[in-house]
Amino acid sequence: MNSGMTIIVKTVTRITVWMILLYGIYIILHGHLTPGGGFAGGVVLALALLNVLLAYGRSYTFQWLRLPWLEHVESASALLYLVVGLLGILWGGTFFYNFISKGSLYHLLSAGTLPILNIIIGLKVALSLFLVVWVLAEARTSKGDAA
Amino acid sequence: MTLYLLCFALFLVGLYGVIAKRDLIKIILSMGILGYAVNLFLVLVGYRQGGHYPILEGQNPVPVMVDPLPQALVLTSIVIELGSTAMVVALAIRLFQKYQTFDISKIRRLRG
Amino acid sequence: MPIELWLNFLFVLMIIGSIVALELKDVLSSIIAIGVVGLGVSISFLLLQAPDLAIVQFLFEIFCVVILIQAFIHKSHHQMESSRSNRWLTAATILTAILLFIGCLPLFKVLPPFGKPLMSTAQYYLDHGAEQTGAANLVSSIVLDYRGYDTFGEVTILFTAILGTFTILRKTAKAKHHGGQHE
Repeated sequence: MNSGMTIIVKTVTRITVWMILLYGIYIILHGHLTPGGGFAGGVVLALALLNVLLAYGRSYTFQWLRLPWLEHVESASALLYLVVGLLGILWGGTFFYNFISKGSLYHLLSAGTLPILNIIIGLKVALSLFLVVWVLAEARTSKGDAA
Repeated sequence: MTLYLLCFALFLVGLYGVIAKRDLIKIILSMGILGYAVNLFLVLVGYRQGGHYPILEGQNPVPVMVDPLPQALVLTSIVIELGSTAMVVALAIRLFQKYQTFDISKIRRLRG
Repeated sequence: MPIELWLNFLFVLMIIGSIVALELKDVLSSIIAIGVVGLGVSISFLLLQAPDLAIVQFLFEIFCVVILIQAFIHKSHHQMESSRSNRWLTAATILTAILLFIGCLPLFKVLPPFGKPLMSTAQYYLDHGAEQTGAANLVSSIVLDYRGYDTFGEVTILFTAILGTFTILRKTAKAKHHGGQHE
């Protein structure tokens, strides 16, 4: 179970996982223009990482992703969201004030702080959901070892 | 009004599962059904007849749009539901490791 | 009105699917039935002109099914036949549910008919959202700008739930690991 699946699955995963990651990043970055946004894109990223976990097994994924570092990023992203809100107080006077210039409608670099908040939420959702699956898999494996 | 009633019926099915079932897995699934019913009801209330989805596409007369506020609330609600589902699943696994069963009538020390 | 017909059909399908999910003995079949119900919710959101919600519901349904299968599929073989539900409690619950349904019928007449929204706040967002936030997606502008504080609360709840999951499961994993080493 730990060594993952067959070499066909591994090869296909090695190619497709980057496309899935790219699609997730696209959904996150265009969240203020098209349907999607941080929540949906974050789940796509988490599903891509889950694909690697299922295909390659746990020990390889642990080395590839450096899990303890990911946990720190996941905890820090909630704080980053608060920092953006506090910067709004500093420049505009209210919490979550949209302090960057709005730009023109229908352009990628527009809407002030919305893309930044989308990126933070996407990071948060992706990492936390992946870590939940990781911990659940760990618990199940340890139970299977004990039985 | 038929749609509201069907939504309420879905809610009652979830309520029946939470109350009458003894299996922990079934109770978790019933909580999911309750969440679906509430989310659907909120979005149903915000629908406007012949409305357009609330995303601007550059049409010159802006079309009549549906209410975006319930959609924004439901968007966060779905994510929170998934987080709580993960936590309940973790609790169920922990209970299984301790008592070797999912039947809540056999988990004696939880009885109040 | 074709949308209402489609929604009626989908809702009846979802009610049948959830009853099937609750009554089946096999755990894998119930989880898959719940997946069908969730996809029906996703299609209903699409018909109700909420593409944001449709995408999110679709992806979260897949994720939910993966989590449930991963957590429960190995533990369910030996104890499903012993878990009999209490017949008296089941009958009482069904009776109460039917009475509640009939008793709440007058309440639904108070609601406005389908297709006429309750709140008038939304018109302000629809009129001024694009120029005040600069975002073409008005749902995104409400989630992240007008109601950014709500979303901050949501991020906090997600963080707390994940932390709780870690605390519950990590301790058991470490204890088992330690016990294994000790032997």
